[in-house]
Amino acid sequence: MPTEKPLTQSIPAGGEALSLQGYERLGGYQGLRRALQMTPKQVQEEVTNSGLRGRGGAGFPTGMKWSFTPMGADAPRPKYVVANADEMEPGTFKDRYLMEGNPHQLIEGLILAGFAIEADVAFIFIRGEYKLSQERLARAITEAYSAGYLGRNILSSDYALEMYLHVSAGRYMCGEETGLLNALEGKRANPRAKPPFPQVSGLWGKPTIVNNVETLANVPHILEKGAKWFQGLSLTKDAGTKLYGASGKVKRPGLWELPMGTTIREILEEHAGGMRDGVRFRGVLPGGASTDFLVEEHLDVAMDYTSVQKAGSRLGTGTMIVLDDQTCPVGITANLTHFFAQESCGWCTPCWSGLKWATKILDAIEDGQGRPGDLDKLSYLSTFWSPGHTFCALAPGAAEPVQSALKFFRDDFERHIHEKRCSWRS
Amino acid sequence: MLTAEERQEIEVELSHYPTKQAVCIDAMKIVQRHRGWVSDESIRDIGELLEMSAGDLDGIATFYNLIFRRPVGKHVIMLCDSVSCWIMGYERMRAHLTERLGIQMGETTPDNRFTLLPIVCLGDCSHAPALLVDNELHGDLDPAKIDTLLEGCE
Ligand SMILES: Cc1cc2nc3c(=O)[nH]c(=O)nc-3n(C[C@H](O)[C@H](O)[C@H](O)COP(=O)(O)O)c2cc1C
Ligand code: SF4
Repeated sequence: MPTEKPLTQSIPAGGEALSLQGYERLGGYQGLRRALQMTPKQVQEEVTNSGLRGRGGAGFPTGMKWSFTPMGADAPRPKYVVANADEMEPGTFKDRYLMEGNPHQLIEGLILAGFAIEADVAFIFIRGEYKLSQERLARAITEAYSAGYLGRNILSSDYALEMYLHVSAGRYMCGEETGLLNALEGKRANPRAKPPFPQVSGLWGKPTIVNNVETLANVPHILEKGAKWFQGLSLTKDAGTKLYGASGKVKRPGLWELPMGTTIREILEEHAGGMRDGVRFRGVLPGGASTDFLVEEHLDVAMDYTSVQKAGSRLGTGTMIVLDDQTCPVGITANLTHFFAQESCGWCTPCWSGLKWATKILDAIEDGQGRPGDLDKLSYLSTFWSPGHTFCALAPGAAEPVQSALKFFRDDFERHIHEKRCSWRS
Repeated sequence: MLTAEERQEIEVELSHYPTKQAVCIDAMKIVQRHRGWVSDESIRDIGELLEMSAGDLDGIATFYNLIFRRPVGKHVIMLCDSVSCWIMGYERMRAHLTERLGIQMGETTPDNRFTLLPIVCLGDCSHAPALLVDNELHGDLDPAKIDTLLEGCE
């Protein structure tokens, strides 16, 4: 039996978006019809039972997140649901594919999330560069209003939801849940202190839930086909399918929806076609720029939350960046660190100042100006990019590639310092 | 002064949010879409409409990568410098662009035709290296493809 690919099997090849009629023909908005016969609490429970965990990087159980929202007549109003379509994690390109290929799937998922927490208003927070996604979502929202899926009395029920597209002006911090809330309120995207958690006090102080695009895209299928079915899609105990990606010098870079728990080896060798001729595998960032490198000995690790964590990294966004032997490990670490330093919001000293310092050290090593104590200095600096020293998860994310590169590619760093040059450049 | 069209587009956004400040980023982007960038005068005009100080607005504008507080050329080229593009040849693409255009990153050509800027990951990693020309995405770059793209810009 061919494996099921609920998120992507209906996306037309050739780059067109699936139309509303096409989506409906393939079961679209049936999950919503089913949910409207249930109570919001029952919808939350169905999603909790499915085992769906957040696909935005942290893997928080989705149903549980929703269950913290104040419900009923006494709950503060209006309540908000937000789709996080900021996708600025370097190496990540999965949400764009879902939005361009099947915008109604995200919209239905967002309506369902809204119904589950009795939300009044929904926002899709999308990064400014995703122009095609914006156009397709804007059109799909209009279609959803016309078809009675949005607005008052959705499908003749007494549920009402308004939905708007918010196009961001670009900054990695906008993807961080509470930075996103500030950006939506028209402020700098600095993070907020937690608690209070957004579920209780989010946008304009009202209950708000934020979920990733891929997370939400799963919800219609869970409501249509049930929690059990969703559990059965995966190979391991983390449920569902996952969009996995590979970029770098593999033969066929791309994106594949596969059962959760597919191994790194299967993704890189079977789906990405292995390494390009003449280059060899050295390591992989399994889930975007802010995850620890894994190396050859980890190729048989299953790509699910638990297994990747056990191996010392994070599933993150599930889109892998492959490091090959023709690419300098110091150079790649410097590139990653420059990104985090540039995108730091400047709130915590260990983050903005420490990252900047680290870029200087890394650039110096790469330029052949490194000094003997530099690696210890880097390690020491990176210990302060950790929860407790910094306000949000940006700095801890920046620490992961640096610390793991120092662990797995230490010889290369040391050779740069001893030979006073980068042997990949000269 | 904001044009009637700009005002009208800002009004539409205002209807979606409970506060005026919430639309300030949209408002700056609307102005930028019409004028190419956001001048001090525009900041003052938007501030007046949304009841915000110019200082507050400027602090917000400068936080975001896609709001230009300086004039840009007729065509804006944004070259991705994030990790996947870096692996796949970003430095070569940058060298080619800076040489062809005779400017460095962050600069505008003397004839005001091109501005060249770096940008973070564009989410086109399986087609790296990638760039945006006037907000249109182009991947699988090589020097020849860059030349064709530049020739396509009037
Ligand atoms: C610096 C930073 C950037 C982030 N960017 C994104 C993003 O672009 N998209 C996303 O869905 N989550 C992003 N996250 C994670 C969000 O904070 C949040 O966990 C997520 O949107 C929750 O959705 P989920 O539970 O459905 O995964 C980011 C986190 C941090 C610390
Ligand atoms: S860790 Fe960095 S990005 Fe996060 S709040 Fe602190 S300074 Fe800002």
